[in-house]
Amino acid sequence: MLRKKRLGMAGTGLFTFISIFYILPIVIVLFNSFKKKSYINLEPFKLPNETTMTGLDNYATAINQYDFLEAVGWTVFITIGSVLVILICTSMCAWYITRVKNRLTKGIYILCIFSMVVPFQMVMFTLSLVTDRLGLGTPWGLIIIYLGFGAGLAVFMFSGFVKAIPIEIEEAAMIDGCSPIRTFFSVVLPIMKPTYISVGILETMWIWNDFLLPYLTLDIKKYKTISIVIQYMKGSYGRVDMGAIMAALIMAVIPVVVFYLACQKHIIKGVAAGAVKG
Amino acid sequence: MEKAIKRYFPIFLLPTLMAFAIGFIVPFIMGVWLSFCEFTTVTDATFVGLNNYIKAFQDPMFVHAFWYTALFAVVSLVVINVIAFAIALALTQKLRGTNLFRTVFFMPNLIGGIVLGYIWQLIFNGLLAPMATALNLNEWYGFWGLIILVAWQQIGYMMIIYIAGLQSIPGDVMEAAAIDGANGPKRLFRVTIPMMMPSITICTFLSLVNGFKLFDQNLSLTAGEPSKLSELLALNIFNTFYGRVGWEGVGQAKAVLFFILVVAIGMVQLRITRSKEVQQ
Repeated sequence: MLRKKRLGMAGTGLFTFISIFYILPIVIVLFNSFKKKSYINLEPFKLPNETTMTGLDNYATAINQYDFLEAVGWTVFITIGSVLVILICTSMCAWYITRVKNRLTKGIYILCIFSMVVPFQMVMFTLSLVTDRLGLGTPWGLIIIYLGFGAGLAVFMFSGFVKAIPIEIEEAAMIDGCSPIRTFFSVVLPIMKPTYISVGILETMWIWNDFLLPYLTLDIKKYKTISIVIQYMKGSYGRVDMGAIMAALIMAVIPVVVFYLACQKHIIKGVAAGAVKG
Repeated sequence: MEKAIKRYFPIFLLPTLMAFAIGFIVPFIMGVWLSFCEFTTVTDATFVGLNNYIKAFQDPMFVHAFWYTALFAVVSLVVINVIAFAIALALTQKLRGTNLFRTVFFMPNLIGGIVLGYIWQLIFNGLLAPMATALNLNEWYGFWGLIILVAWQQIGYMMIIYIAGLQSIPGDVMEAAAIDGANGPKRLFRVTIPMMMPSITICTFLSLVNGFKLFDQNLSLTAGEPSKLSELLALNIFNTFYGRVGWEGVGQAKAVLFFILVVAIGMVQLRITRSKEVQQ
């Protein structure tokens, strides 16, 4: 018994050590974000001191010179807009194709599963041609693209859930005089709430962090997302401002950490659910 | 009821279907077609048969990227799954603070690939600087750097799936094994791991496919340096499209090959691990 307790203590100690080690990379970037840019590559593992400290200057540079906050704004807009549209449209689509059985709906279901395994590189070039032709290279247009490209996983997950709903509930609602639209929104939608949360979280994680799709389809002279700005800061010609990059990295990580700590339970559940289905 | 719903086709189905056509079906079909053409824009596409595919196989960098990616995917699969499984085992014992540890291990998974790449670039270059070298000077620095990066990112994700799997193993099975005299390692290899095969199938599938499809982290950590030697397949395809004028068709042919490769690998892997699953 005593041996077991000691082992437990040792385990907790070991994992505390590993955990600290695990978040160290982010902490190192954090204190580098307060250093003057010329010192960051010279001594990345030293804490800022009187000569190297520059306060919040790097943050000011990232915000003023690289329009970082504007990128945050567009990323928030694209993510929230796309996730809402995906949730509503694909859940309706999934309900329809599960309840109406014919060749078309079966074909759609198979295409959705198929689209989940296709790597983005397969369609990236032609997708950028299509969006260009249709004038969808704006944040609003991007929402449509995300609906199209994210439909596979979402329809698949919603269909799995709809199959488990007893059809009698919906029949009762329809006999009582509900139209299919009302049946969907006031009967089916509330039952599917857990799936909405799981799908919403998976799609949020994907769209928030996505780089290549917006990079190829957006008109990036006018609109940039967070990932695009950071890549642009590093990749653009001329001198690379390491200070501004450190500040931008921290500003990119903060919203993610806040979101994570606020909905940790749902995120972990969503991941587990998505993995079992995927 | 089916008939009543059917009439609402334009409201329920049409929006998703149209977006799906624009975002996936049309680009996919065009992509397959253009892989047999030479073009710079679609309007000047001319059919050239299998020329693009032949050119793709003759490109030494593409072949190099293939082997580099295959090695990367296998090594990352092993590293991620062994560590994630070990952590999941440890965190399902009665330890104090397991919830906090889970929170910490999962967090990097939410950070985007571009951001992750630049975080680790700072760390690796800081570590390599005293030895008067840097990440972009040796393809194997980039390789192991990328392994550490994806392990750091994905261990938490796989850990969550393994923990869910471990918690669903009925307690009486473990008890019966213990009473029958099975010791620790025996219980692990003869009971726990066979019972965990469904989770292992999912995790190895995900990490293998993720390894083959990796792009953002590769672009931000090394961008293929030195001289494209640390390019994974996805980045090689990207550079063929956007880095060489007149090679768009070859890029598309590479993309089709890449697609077939990912699907084939996924299917083979699923078949192998599925056959090892046991009835519960």
